[in-house]
Amino acid sequence: MTYSPTTSADQTRSFPSVLSLLSYLLAGTFFGVVLVKSEAASWYRIQEMFRFQSFHMYGLIGSAVLTGMLTTWLLRRFQARALTGQTIHVQSKDPGLPHYVFGGLTFGLGWGLAGVCPGPIFTLLGSGVWAMLIVLLFALIGTWLYGVLRDHLPH
Amino acid sequence: MMNLLTIPWPWYVGGPLIGLMVPLLLLLGNKTFGISANLRHACAILLPDAAKPGFFRYDWRKERWNLMFAAGLVLGGLLAGLVFANPEPTRLSVKAIHSLQGLGVGLHPGLVPPELLDLHRPVVWLILSLSGLLVGFGTRYGGGCTSGHAITGLSTLQFPSLVATVSFFAGGILSANFFLPLLLR
Repeated sequence: MTYSPTTSADQTRSFPSVLSLLSYLLAGTFFGVVLVKSEAASWYRIQEMFRFQSFHMYGLIGSAVLTGMLTTWLLRRFQARALTGQTIHVQSKDPGLPHYVFGGLTFGLGWGLAGVCPGPIFTLLGSGVWAMLIVLLFALIGTWLYGVLRDHLPH
Repeated sequence: MMNLLTIPWPWYVGGPLIGLMVPLLLLLGNKTFGISANLRHACAILLPDAAKPGFFRYDWRKERWNLMFAAGLVLGGLLAGLVFANPEPTRLSVKAIHSLQGLGVGLHPGLVPPELLDLHRPVVWLILSLSGLLVGFGTRYGGGCTSGHAITGLSTLQFPSLVATVSFFAGGILSANFFLPLLLR
C-alpha cells in the first residue's frame, strides 16, 4: 500500500464537512424539540388525529405544508444556492403509483398502532422511552424484509 | 420560567417550524428532508454481506448528514422530552379522552401511555413489534414517511406524495379505530 500524505486541499475539504455534519446534528436537535413541543410525537395526539377528535394535528400538518410550499417556492423563485454552492434542486419522487398506495397503507397501519412514525421513534428514545428500541429493531427488520421481497412486489 | 420551557406549543407555532425544515435542509446542502431513509442507511451499515440484498448496497457514507440528523432527533427528545418535559398530561379533547377510556388507557403526563410500555403484557410486545415492522416495511415500500411525503412531497407539489399521504391516513384510521381496540381488549 502506498503512502499518500494528505495535501492541504484534502484538509480544507474535511474541515467544512465536519462543520457541515454538525449543522445537520443541530437541525435534527431542533426538529426533535419541535416534534415533542408540538406533540407530533405524542401517541395520544395521533390517536386523537385518527379519530378526528381535534383540529390540532391537522392544523399542525396543514400549516407545515403551507409553510413548506411558500418557502420552497421562494427558494426556486430566487434561484437560491445552498451553503455548499449548488443551486437548490428538488428531487422528483420515483415513478409508479402502486408502491405509494401499498407502502403508504402499510406504514399507516403501523403508525396507528404505536402512534409513531420514524421521527418520533428516535425522539422518544432520546426522551427515555426505552420500549422504542423494540419498535426500532422491528422497523429495521421490516426495512430489511422490504429489501428481500422488493423484486417480487408491485411498484 | 420553567413553565415557559415545559409548556406545549399550539399548532400554529409548531406547524410552521416543521415546514421550515424543508427549506432549511435544502439551504444547508440541497438535502431532501426525509427521516425514514435512515432506516435504510442503518440496514446498509449493519447487515453482513451474506444477508445484504442489492437494495442496501450503496455508499451510505454519502448520507451521513441524515444519520447526524437522526442523532439530533434523539438529542432533541432528550432536551424537550426529558430535561424540559411537560409535567402536565396532553390537553386532549373530551371525545379523545372518552376514546382512551374505551381502550383501557389512562391520560397520564408523557408522550406515550404507560399501559403501552408495560413489557409484562405480551400484547404490548405485539403492538410495538408489529407497529415497527409495518412502519419499517411500509416506509421503504412507499418511499417515505410523514416527513418525506406529507411534509416535503406536498410542499414541493408532488402528486405521488399526495397519494402516499392519503394512504398513510387510510391505514392509520383503520388501525387506530379497528385493530388497536381489538388488540387491547
